[in-house]
Amino acid sequence: MDQKKLAIIATKGTLDWAYPPLILASTAAALGYEVQVFSTFYGLQLMKKDVSDLKVSPLGNPGMPMKMPFGPKWFRGINWNIPNIIQANVPGFESLATVLMKQTIANNGVATIADLRDLCVEAEVKFLACQMTVELFGFKHSDFIDGIDFVGAATFFEFAGESDICLYI
Amino acid sequence: MDFQKELDARGLNCPLPILRAKKSLNDMTSGEMLKILATDPGSVKDFAAFAKQTGNELVSTAEAGGEYTFFMKKK
Repeated sequence: MDQKKLAIIATKGTLDWAYPPLILASTAAALGYEVQVFSTFYGLQLMKKDVSDLKVSPLGNPGMPMKMPFGPKWFRGINWNIPNIIQANVPGFESLATVLMKQTIANNGVATIADLRDLCVEAEVKFLACQMTVELFGFKHSDFIDGIDFVGAATFFEFAGESDICLYI
Repeated sequence: MDFQKELDARGLNCPLPILRAKKSLNDMTSGEMLKILATDPGSVKDFAAFAKQTGNELVSTAEAGGEYTFFMKKK
């Protein structure tokens, strides 16, 4: 049987949305898939050497529960419904939300983005970066982890066209 | 049950138990048994799906007090 193939287009560059492509890529690799992740626009953030500055924003994101990762259980269960106008006006609100999210991630035994990406690299997931958006955002090739191919859409389709699963995230 | 290797994946969440199991199996030889401990409730279906797709045999699944024990035989 031919090896199955998974092609992912990663387009988002926030801490929360860094998870789906990296979880799916690493798991598929563990299941024996050949995997390629094509990063474009904000998805390029996931391929940077340093991913410790990824942030999550609850602003304008009504689907995101705001809960505290410390204190007694009843306190952790409270959903802090903070109006957008306050979130937008409090300096450092995003940074605070990110610190809380990272603590929640650690409390739940969820891997960090850096760890998940290392697992992907180890499992030979191939990372591609969109050269056009690298230039558009003024990034340098040296900003990114080793082993990335800087390519265009045509190269992505070469693999995606033969893939069994193709996801746009 | 006899096993050649044990993986403690307790406290870890998706997809880490699967990724660690895959890594453990890589270091084993065909026919050897891996014992896996986990607390992620999703791991019950996930290990069954992992076994089905990779050809490794999930010999048994057990739950006691919120802890899951799996025995997986390497293909």
